[in-house]
Amino acid sequence: MDHFPGNWGQPRSRDDHVFSSTDYFPGHNAYDVGSRAASGPAQRTQQPMVTGTSVLGITFKDGIMLAADTLASYGSLARFRDVQRIIKVGDSTLIGASGEVADFQYIEHILETLTIQEYDHDDGQKLSPRHIYEYLSRVMYGRRSNFNPLWNSLIVGGVKDGDRFLGFVDLQGTTYQSSTIATGYGAYIGQPLLRKAVEGREDELTEEEARKVLEDVMRVLFYRDARSLNKIQIATVTAAGSKITEPYELQTEWAFAEGVRGYGA
Amino acid sequence: MSSIGTGYDLSSSTYSPDGRIFQVEYAFKAVDNSGTAIGIRARDGVVLAVEKLVQSKLLVPGSNKRIQSADSHVGVATAGLLADGRHLVTRIREEAQQYRDFYRSKIPGKVIAERAAGYVQAFTLYSSVRPFGISAILATVDRDGPQLYMVEPSGVYYGYKGTAIGKGKQVAKTELEKLKLGELSCREAVKEAARIIYTVHDDVKDKDFELELSWVCEESGGRHEFVPKDLAAEAERAAKASLEDEMDED
Amino acid sequence: MPITHEYQSASPVKAPVEHRFSPYTDNGGTALAVAGEDFCVVAGDTRQSEGYHINSRYQPKVFQLSNGSVLATGGMYADAVTLVKRLEQRLEWYYHQHEKKMSVDALAQMLSVILYHKRFFPYYVWNTLGGIDGNGKGCVFSYDPVGNYEKHHWNCTGSAGHLIQPFLDNQIGFKHMQGIQRRFLTPEEVVRIVKDSFTSATERDIYTGDYVEIFIVTAGGIDVQRVPLKRD
Repeated sequence: MDHFPGNWGQPRSRDDHVFSSTDYFPGHNAYDVGSRAASGPAQRTQQPMVTGTSVLGITFKDGIMLAADTLASYGSLARFRDVQRIIKVGDSTLIGASGEVADFQYIEHILETLTIQEYDHDDGQKLSPRHIYEYLSRVMYGRRSNFNPLWNSLIVGGVKDGDRFLGFVDLQGTTYQSSTIATGYGAYIGQPLLRKAVEGREDELTEEEARKVLEDVMRVLFYRDARSLNKIQIATVTAAGSKITEPYELQTEWAFAEGVRGYGA
Repeated sequence: MSSIGTGYDLSSSTYSPDGRIFQVEYAFKAVDNSGTAIGIRARDGVVLAVEKLVQSKLLVPGSNKRIQSADSHVGVATAGLLADGRHLVTRIREEAQQYRDFYRSKIPGKVIAERAAGYVQAFTLYSSVRPFGISAILATVDRDGPQLYMVEPSGVYYGYKGTAIGKGKQVAKTELEKLKLGELSCREAVKEAARIIYTVHDDVKDKDFELELSWVCEESGGRHEFVPKDLAAEAERAAKASLEDEMDED
Repeated sequence: MPITHEYQSASPVKAPVEHRFSPYTDNGGTALAVAGEDFCVVAGDTRQSEGYHINSRYQPKVFQLSNGSVLATGGMYADAVTLVKRLEQRLEWYYHQHEKKMSVDALAQMLSVILYHKRFFPYYVWNTLGGIDGNGKGCVFSYDPVGNYEKHHWNCTGSAGHLIQPFLDNQIGFKHMQGIQRRFLTPEEVVRIVKDSFTSATERDIYTGDYVEIFIVTAGGIDVQRVPLKRD
């Protein structure tokens, strides 16, 4: 005797393959093992296809600030030049992503699912940046443990109840928190500059100063990282909430190039 | 009742000789015993209101909600068996999420109503299950604007400009028909909804009730949420005042 | 066919570097534990590294567990965090089932079992567990990633383990000394040796630095000290 009423025979249950609309999608049906075998072994991500480069994150007096450019590269090809790589999750959290753009858009979707589920509960609780970070890092670690990673390095930033949070998680499930974080190429070139500007000054740095630090480092990255773009977005989260700027162009200086000799020109 | 003792009312998989399914009709009775719920489709959004009869003074205020969210933009008010309402909303949530998973966009009002109704209808087909003892009012704002639907225990569903279910549905519908529903704003609709609930409430037969008020509109950013406390309090105050005016007139 | 590495290629055109997913990484760091007569000292640096990067200067990998013991980890941080979550879960279940905290000896055996259950996809973590045993004496257990474990009086693992271990052998165990009265050290003496161990290791090991966090476990509770190390 099955004591769970849900299994007594619900009409058109999602698990009932006789009525299931998934019959229209061969291979999606648990009973349809044969056709799955024909498609060969399951395919997993072994390399990223369309990728975003560095994301930067810093702590400042009133909150957290993230920066990323809007380029999605296909190998060395600058394929999509207007892709948002920083998103809001709820009112007090921001997430920036480098790595596979499709995987990031999937992450955006599962976090939307999570926020809706929490909203539906209607218990007066709101997800804090730390909650979202914990959830996200378990998803990332779970995927790596199934050898089916989400190919990203992610920065989570947020402020909730006076608590500033800045954390990192990547495709291996590695997590850490720090007052400055940089992913991808930015970890080599950006992170030292960020540390010099921010470490020990987390509670002094103003929003304007923080923005200048990030713009300066994004400019350096644009000069040196061949997979970067001078169109960037900066996102800020404080106790008052979060905002992401529209994409805008960084001012750059190329006059010195006139004097450069010896590189084939 | 003519159905009792005939043997034709024992299962929803049995028709009576004149083509009725008594189990489904009994389910409607369960709805009619419930506190009233109404939905108003205003010009810029949808408002839901429920007369939640309080079963015991020992209950914590705000418990056993009869208006629930099924997605960020979908609100559901039910009348009938509370647990059936929760079960249906769980299913509606799954359907809304399934739509999001597949289409990466919000489920339209028409689709969620169709899917909810399809689920309810399936419970009228088999002897192994009983029909839902609820009617559900669905409120959404989608890309075609505000949408209001009502699903009945039979699985029938229609779109409405205004609808009412439960004990006071007749009086409530009469009141709704007096309103210019196409022109009403949500803020106005909240007040009308509160007034109607207070009008239909029978404080001789039913003692205590809580007024639940929710909306999906521009002011709520396209989200389904309970009406802000100050506005709800104002609407409730106005509703009580208009009742007293009526009493004075009598 | 032999694997041709990029730098071995005879062709002037380099083959593209192929990404292949590795589920493992090494986040470095050093941890040690010393059992005293009626106390135990567990310590670890707080730097998290990946290759030549310093990920964070303060990401502790020594964890106070709910049964009063302390677990120092090294290797892959993500695995360590997961392992600690599992241990905490099991400690809680044990507490509710038996209405008492799990003994450190029982935890030591359980940790071995949990590690060995993942023998063919191991947690890439070197553990050092310290606490007070059932007889009120300090105890230290150390593990390899697949659950082989041993009880010690002192132990050091991680990226500077090979630098610190012989120093502890000498200073704590009085090894290679003659004409010396062997004795148990006091907590203060142990903490001094721990600080010296980490400051010295920081000089020679790039994966050790920033801070050392020292947990002094006694019957009365756990005292934590955080001491700055060089940040280079």
